[in-house]
Amino acid sequence: MSDKEIMLGNAAIARGAYEAGVKVSSAYPGTPSTEISENIVKYKEIYSEWAPNEAVALETAIGASISGVRALASMKHVGLNVASDPLYSISYIGVNGGLVIVVADDPGLYSSQNEQDTRMIARAANVPVVIPSDSQEAKDFIKLAYELSEEFDTPVIYRTTTRLAHSQTEVELADRVEVADKEYTRNAPKNVMMPGNAKARHLVVEQRNKDIAKFGSTSKLNKVEMGDTSIGFITQGIEYQYVKEVFPNASVLKLGLVNPLPKDLIKDFASKVDKLYIFEELEPVIEEQVRAMGIECIGKEIFTIQGEYSANLLRKAVKNELDVKDAAQVVGRPPILCPGCPHRSTFFVLNKLKKHATGDIGCYTLGAVAPLSVIDTTVCMGASLAMLHGMEKAKGSEFIKDWVAVIGDSTFLHTGINSLENMAYNGSTGTVIIMDNSTTGMTGHQDHAATGKTLMGEEVPAISIYKVVEAMNVKNIVEVNAFDIAALEKAVKEETARDELSVIIAYAPCALLKGQTFPYRINVVSDKCKKCGMCLKPGCPAITKNEDGTVKIDASMCNGCGLCSSLCKFEALERVEK
Amino acid sequence: MDTKNIMIVGVGGQGTLLTSRILGGIMTSAGYEVKLSEVHGMAQRGGSVVTFVRYGEKVYEPIVEEGQADVLIAFEKLEALRYAHFLKKDGVLIVNDTRIDPMPVVIGAATYPDNIIENLKKDYKVYSIDASAVALELGNSRVFNNVVLGMAAKHMNFKKEEWLKTIEEKVPPKTIEINQKAFLRGYEEAE
Repeated sequence: MSDKEIMLGNAAIARGAYEAGVKVSSAYPGTPSTEISENIVKYKEIYSEWAPNEAVALETAIGASISGVRALASMKHVGLNVASDPLYSISYIGVNGGLVIVVADDPGLYSSQNEQDTRMIARAANVPVVIPSDSQEAKDFIKLAYELSEEFDTPVIYRTTTRLAHSQTEVELADRVEVADKEYTRNAPKNVMMPGNAKARHLVVEQRNKDIAKFGSTSKLNKVEMGDTSIGFITQGIEYQYVKEVFPNASVLKLGLVNPLPKDLIKDFASKVDKLYIFEELEPVIEEQVRAMGIECIGKEIFTIQGEYSANLLRKAVKNELDVKDAAQVVGRPPILCPGCPHRSTFFVLNKLKKHATGDIGCYTLGAVAPLSVIDTTVCMGASLAMLHGMEKAKGSEFIKDWVAVIGDSTFLHTGINSLENMAYNGSTGTVIIMDNSTTGMTGHQDHAATGKTLMGEEVPAISIYKVVEAMNVKNIVEVNAFDIAALEKAVKEETARDELSVIIAYAPCALLKGQTFPYRINVVSDKCKKCGMCLKPGCPAITKNEDGTVKIDASMCNGCGLCSSLCKFEALERVEK
Repeated sequence: MDTKNIMIVGVGGQGTLLTSRILGGIMTSAGYEVKLSEVHGMAQRGGSVVTFVRYGEKVYEPIVEEGQADVLIAFEKLEALRYAHFLKKDGVLIVNDTRIDPMPVVIGAATYPDNIIENLKKDYKVYSIDASAVALELGNSRVFNNVVLGMAAKHMNFKKEEWLKTIEEKVPPKTIEINQKAFLRGYEEAE
């Protein structure tokens, strides 16, 4: 088979896994990595799943690898923080079947809480890093990454960025090559990491680093394109495309194997060019090592550490020629909760009761922005509960009477569950609201253990969040429909007043879930409208003010959740059967 | 042929991804090298979104940058204004004459600019259409993006039949007819 297709970077990675004979894939959704699993599931030869978090995903892949098959774990950059515990040790152990960990960085912060550079973590963990520069390579390099993993007995980090993951470029497809399962043999000195064994393995890891650095100088993953030798670039990944766009004739060393660096190749390339630029997004990982080799180069003094690169950025920094118009100074359009989102009514109630919230990661992080303005803090997955607990231990139970912790269902099952365990164990009196919309929303609706369905579409018994909470000896558990604002208000008032730990489960499915519709549409009865503005308070984008102060509803946006209608005391917003 | 640069801008949820897939489809069929870049994740929740499409003999970067767009397709007026400086000197702006207030405007913290299209016409070659109204008239408010695409199609070198065929391939089977109708309305409007 030799078909050409235009493919999303993430779809190409999935295809690469298929062609490379991967048998097991485990992941937790996170932009910009989610579509890898959503595409892997199309290949029936691969067992694929959503794990509750990235550590579990990686540990599952490790188990598959040690048993003797090619395995893959994928996650966004911050997911690797969760998975770093297994990462650092599997680096010592190595693999049996090849093990590739796809980690998607987010330069430019399109959908993340920070801009960390996975290459730094990989260096700390002594794990090789492979970086593709378009969809074709995203597919092809997966195969090379598995070969690297098995040849050098190491896990491999396959690092992408948002731009690569979410760009579509041409890919030439190939057939799947089945890889024979490797035999499992018991090998405690290699696979059981306790001090005596780990000491010996650490030495192996150090030698492996040297061996891979040497291998890198001849590997197909790295490519030298000699051209005009007055200017040379060492670059990687998507940045390579920007270099070619602006300097099609320059000499380029394009690194596909970025850790450990191929020092011999770099020295050789540097000696052939007059002026050497290091063009890498985020941290000066290559640059600092090149400088440490005693090679003069230009890098972060002219290229930024923050943000995404582009050809224009390169033009401006190197050629100093860029004649573009300035952007019009216009009002921004920040993301918002969708019309019909159940989180909106929960935040409306919390705002009305003047509560502060420790927040978490998901669509509901948008509860931090006006007009809802409820969330005071967002740190990482699962932090909301633990932080509320910490506040109470620091300043006493009175201090948190005006506070709640808010967390989504998927995030609760990811790491929130540990924090609730701590609250229950160590005597918290806080109030937790689990905003259960029956899906992993922000990343585009992935199933999890409480939805009753797996990534591969199998119907399974759903884990009951209620029972999980109950099993932790939480005495006060209130389930309430998120759109029932009276009941929700009552629950928040009562539970925050109580000197005991409480969990409110505010449930209602995500408005964008398939099959999720409301039975009515909302009609504005203009002569009943008293222009009080009450219906505008929740900040629904489907409802706006007319010039005369009355309101109008954009029928193409409104999905009839009825929140505005239940707030109108004058019956100016009537529910009409669809 | 020099590389052509197309941009689609709009509000998250308006369906910019579907339009970019139609564009990618038609350009690939014509044998060009095509690169597309999209926005997923948080911005899709009602934020400002932009999709880049580039095609030609050889394409490197997958994004279109300031001063480079041949055709800018805007699904909303304010977004047209926000990205207009991405246009080339002789670039064309196709704008859906519809207004979606961003949250700072809804809550009264900012104002929505007046006369956006008239002002853009002073600096750029602008074609506008109330595609949302046309789509409603056709019976499905969601097909407005193909009305806009129909208008933009006049500024790209593909035949009408090729467009209709690509739409057939890329939209859900039940909506082929109405999407093609929507496209043709925009296409005829441009004549």
